[in-house]
Amino acid sequence: MHGLVNRSIQRFVQNTYGEQTWADICHDAELGFANFESMLSYDSSQTEAVLNVTCKKLQRGRIGLLEDIGTFLISDPASDALRRLLRFGGENFEEFLLSLDDLHDRAQLALPDLDLPSLELREHSAKSFELQYKWQEPGFGTLVLGILRAMADDYGALVLLDHSHGQDDVGDHDRISISLLDAEFAQDRGFELGGAH
Amino acid sequence: MRVADFAPSDVKAYHKGPLLGKVAIDRLMPMHLWVGPTGHVIRVGPTLRKLRPGQALVGQRLTELLEFRRPRGVQVMADLIARDGASIQVLFRAAPRSSMKGIIVALPQQQGVLINLSIGISVAETVSKFGLVSKDFAPSDPTVEMLYLIEAQSAILKESKKLNTRLQGAKIAAEEQAYTDTLTGLKNRRALDHIMGRLIGRAPNDKFGLMHVDLDFFKSVNDTHGHAAGDHVLQEAARIFIEETRSDDIVARSGGDEFVLILMDCVDEKMLNKIAGRIIDRLQRPIMFDGLDCRVSASIGITLSNNYNELTADQVCSDADAALYQSKHKGRSCYTLFTPDGDKHLQKGN
Repeated sequence: MHGLVNRSIQRFVQNTYGEQTWADICHDAELGFANFESMLSYDSSQTEAVLNVTCKKLQRGRIGLLEDIGTFLISDPASDALRRLLRFGGENFEEFLLSLDDLHDRAQLALPDLDLPSLELREHSAKSFELQYKWQEPGFGTLVLGILRAMADDYGALVLLDHSHGQDDVGDHDRISISLLDAEFAQDRGFELGGAH
Repeated sequence: MRVADFAPSDVKAYHKGPLLGKVAIDRLMPMHLWVGPTGHVIRVGPTLRKLRPGQALVGQRLTELLEFRRPRGVQVMADLIARDGASIQVLFRAAPRSSMKGIIVALPQQQGVLINLSIGISVAETVSKFGLVSKDFAPSDPTVEMLYLIEAQSAILKESKKLNTRLQGAKIAAEEQAYTDTLTGLKNRRALDHIMGRLIGRAPNDKFGLMHVDLDFFKSVNDTHGHAAGDHVLQEAARIFIEETRSDDIVARSGGDEFVLILMDCVDEKMLNKIAGRIIDRLQRPIMFDGLDCRVSASIGITLSNNYNELTADQVCSDADAALYQSKHKGRSCYTLFTPDGDKHLQKGN
């Protein structure tokens, strides 16, 4: 699993539950280190060990935990990078949804060893979509759900999301149905194209 | 569909080419300039207008608005028309002088020329300065993708730099914990303490002779010939110690120009004196460095593990030290064997 994913879990736990909790989790997961490097890759068993210990320690289910991590990655004011990169996808939430088809390839253009889930958007109507999610790493669908929820919030859109898990020989095959209730429900958090400079 | 399939009126239109309205041109080329036959700007694309906020561009003479870097020497309308199809590089004459590149095409029926510009390499800075948004670029224009990549790359670079800094820190920490003296390749002080601890633990089964060696005149080599020469002398000395001992003996650099040699299973005074004598002998020969003649010698203090009923590292080291001090005191370049009865029994050699 790429270090960026591992590092995200780490940042979420440290930020929400404190440094000591994270240190305890690393110890219990028998990592032998206390810091994931975002630019290195790790064996998936280490990611699984951390997630299992975290769920147990915080008495939380994996599904909800991953969704919270996804939300945190976008809404954490200390780290704007991922939010900004996703906002390049479009001017409004609908355009953003349409850009998800390219996310996998875009990410690989920037970081060739970053393997992300492949996403495909089906438009049922102007207000109703279904995002098909495929990944060989099992059990990460709700991370994307959390990211979508936070991005809708970022654009100021009111959406209804519904996640259903599926599986085949290759890996996870989840579906997230998206109902866009109001594209301009709240204040857009804003995005300046040249904002990083 | 082939041309032959068109109705006769359409064939004429086909040969004329598509007629584009002003709005269509704005959409396709949001950074275009239409320059009329008199050389004055007739129309400006919406994005290009954003780069000159509060300025009326229409009606300005093109050559007063833009400076032509390439091709050079563009002054009158005829120069532009003659460059039909050429790529151009221009700058605004007034600050901020954003550099742009583009293409120039001559329009039919004395309509002047159409110039389509793009921001080029300074895109990130320009977008930020003028608050451009993705709608300011035609969807077919990869500028926004380029900005995405620039931003993704710089985020990655930042992470990589953090990783490098941490690895550098880890390297320094590892060096601090190392057992090897990086200059000479000998064991260092830390290693020596560790080994001494182990030897003391195994006494009296493990017997050994210990030499404390201090280079004489080393400071003057350093002062006269420089640190590089000094380093070379230390390396040569290390080589001599290794050559004069066996592979399971211990040779450590315990400080700047101080060394400790532990000769395993050797408590033979004569043998130790002989080795010490040979070491001093060899060290006294001139060591050449970069054409410089570096001369040092050595003072040595020796003690034996069977001198002690109760062996402690501190005692062994301080006795070897006392013997070394005697050697220095007696005029250097000599060795002294420590005996437990005190100074009067110290033997001097060489």
